[in-house]
Amino acid sequence: MAVLIELRDVRKGFGPVEVLKGVGLKIHAGKVSALVGDNGAGKSTLIKGLSGAQPYDSGDVLFEDHPVTLSSPQDASGLGIEVVYQDLALCENLDIVMNMFLGREETYHRMLNGAEMEKHAAATLQGLSVRTMKSVRQKVSSLSGGQRQTVAIARAVLQKAKVVILDEPTAALGVAQTAQVLALVRRLADQGVGVLIISHNLADVFQVSDYINVLYLGSMVAQLDAKATHYDDVIGYITGTKVAQGTVPEEVLA
Amino acid sequence: MTADMDKSSNPGTNTAAATIAAASPHIIATGHEGTVGDQVRASIQRIRGGEMGMLPALAGLVVLGVILAVLSPFFLTKGNIANLMTQTAALMMLSIALTFVIILTEIDLSAGITGGVGMAVFIKLVNDKGWNWVAAFAVALLVGALIGTFIGYFVAKIGIPSFVVTLGLFLGFQGLMLVLLGDAGAYAVQTPAVAAIMNKSMPGWAGWLMVIVIVAVSLLTGLYDRGRRLASAMPVRPLSLLVARVGALAVGGILVVILLNKNRSLGVLRIEGVPIVVPIALTILWLGQLMLDRTRFGLHIYAVGGNPEAARRAGISVVRVRMVAFVLCSLLAVVSGLFTISQTGVVQSSTGRDIVLQGVGAAVVGGVSLFGGRGRLVQAAVGALLISMITNGLGLLGYSAGFTFLVTGGVLIIAASIDALSRRRVGSTSAART
Repeated sequence: MAVLIELRDVRKGFGPVEVLKGVGLKIHAGKVSALVGDNGAGKSTLIKGLSGAQPYDSGDVLFEDHPVTLSSPQDASGLGIEVVYQDLALCENLDIVMNMFLGREETYHRMLNGAEMEKHAAATLQGLSVRTMKSVRQKVSSLSGGQRQTVAIARAVLQKAKVVILDEPTAALGVAQTAQVLALVRRLADQGVGVLIISHNLADVFQVSDYINVLYLGSMVAQLDAKATHYDDVIGYITGTKVAQGTVPEEVLA
Repeated sequence: MTADMDKSSNPGTNTAAATIAAASPHIIATGHEGTVGDQVRASIQRIRGGEMGMLPALAGLVVLGVILAVLSPFFLTKGNIANLMTQTAALMMLSIALTFVIILTEIDLSAGITGGVGMAVFIKLVNDKGWNWVAAFAVALLVGALIGTFIGYFVAKIGIPSFVVTLGLFLGFQGLMLVLLGDAGAYAVQTPAVAAIMNKSMPGWAGWLMVIVIVAVSLLTGLYDRGRRLASAMPVRPLSLLVARVGALAVGGILVVILLNKNRSLGVLRIEGVPIVVPIALTILWLGQLMLDRTRFGLHIYAVGGNPEAARRAGISVVRVRMVAFVLCSLLAVVSGLFTISQTGVVQSSTGRDIVLQGVGAAVVGGVSLFGGRGRLVQAAVGALLISMITNGLGLLGYSAGFTFLVTGGVLIIAASIDALSRRRVGSTSAART
């Protein structure tokens, strides 16, 4: 199983507070890895380091087995790491196509190439088996929360992301829409993309992920195979009542 | 799970989306499919969803036109229609200018007086220094660009609300006008070419040429877009829709030119033809909308207006977009100033001072959203026409200026309410559309 990103002993502190105390993490191609932990465990800090928005103080980042530095968002997107933040950052007044291409529009003789962009946007959405949208020229303001999440994920896919990091993708969604988005996350991984999903909702985590990584007060206390783990174990690691001795899968140990 | 393994044996490739899509035709629509009937139904649905665009303004234009035509026998005379066009020109140009910044949820209260400052520089170069008027106008545009850069810098870089920056300039520039124009206080426009813009008309054939150019450009861009879509193997709208749109444009243009090419003078001297300002204003309108609709920069203006944070994360320089929008606004404000002095024949300290609020009002009445991200230049132009019609029509009916102000203010508040309500409607339908 190819490891796309490996973090080794990354640390990050803010003044006297050490938020990440030597964390290791692997993101596998074609797999969904979940990152869980209670508030203040360091999830956001870990992601901000991966996105380049807030570089780590020390530690190694390996991308496809090569050491890299992630000191800016440009570094991250250059490698193909895309983060879909909880607030999605879509322009409601623009349509789906323009949101997917925003900042990287295709042009023809210096004019926007609407037809080609429509074609590629529709192809990307279809590749993700998205069928809930009427038209790719629909304005985002007319979309539901789940559809907006879909557009944000499709935007990352369109930009040839190898790793997609999803920050609480289902937090604001209803039951049906959550199911849609989770199915989409699964398909994304099935296409060979490495997915890291941050969630508080353990039901979602168990439904969609292959591996579960648990952060507890800045340390990675457990890296579990989702299929071989019980719900209560994860709760235990998150709350600190259970100490690391989980069923760590071989490839994670290796 | 086995399928899973197959695909992940090829990590990092992201072409799965493309291969699947290539195999199956378009499942997700693009809004271009279907018959004429489908297209009409789709646009009705968009309107009911709150995307009304300039429909309220167009409806207002028709209703007001009918009322005024019934009440005043002079309103629909060819002389008054030509009048209306020239009366609207300066306001129209200013509301187009303001649209660029209103889309960004900004405002430029100094736009009118910026035009005044540009014209003060212009008239001093022409009258005092004997410059050629074209060169002097180029300098006036440069002054406009400088003012726009100045506003943009303080708004986008320093972070002062544009309302405050431009209110400061609005006051400051009134002083600057007094300084520039000196003791005389007023300069007469002596250049025949400048006076001609608003007061002279083109020969009959030029009016026809104008209509031919408009129809040809509109037809050719329509066919070009269609060709591009076909080349990309994307669905296209029925050709009859394009023909109908261009046809309507042609009929409208022909009617206006027939009317304007007739003698509309009540005296001995013949006055006929399309006013010179009309093709100038239409060209600027067309170029501006072309930029907004079809270039990356135009899209970025709408994106920043819709969600600046999203635009920033997409790698768009929000500061640059804001600055350029203010520069465009100030440049067109100077053009508006030229129209004003061509009409009044004089540059004085009050030139451009009072027009700006009407300009904002015209844009909003036309359907440019004060909440940002929505609005087209042609909407601002229609709004300006509506405001001018109120002034013109109520004047013909003998109402006082005070009453006209009251009505104009009322229309503005109605328009802003429609804007706010339609925005709420767009939000409320989102859940229903899943």
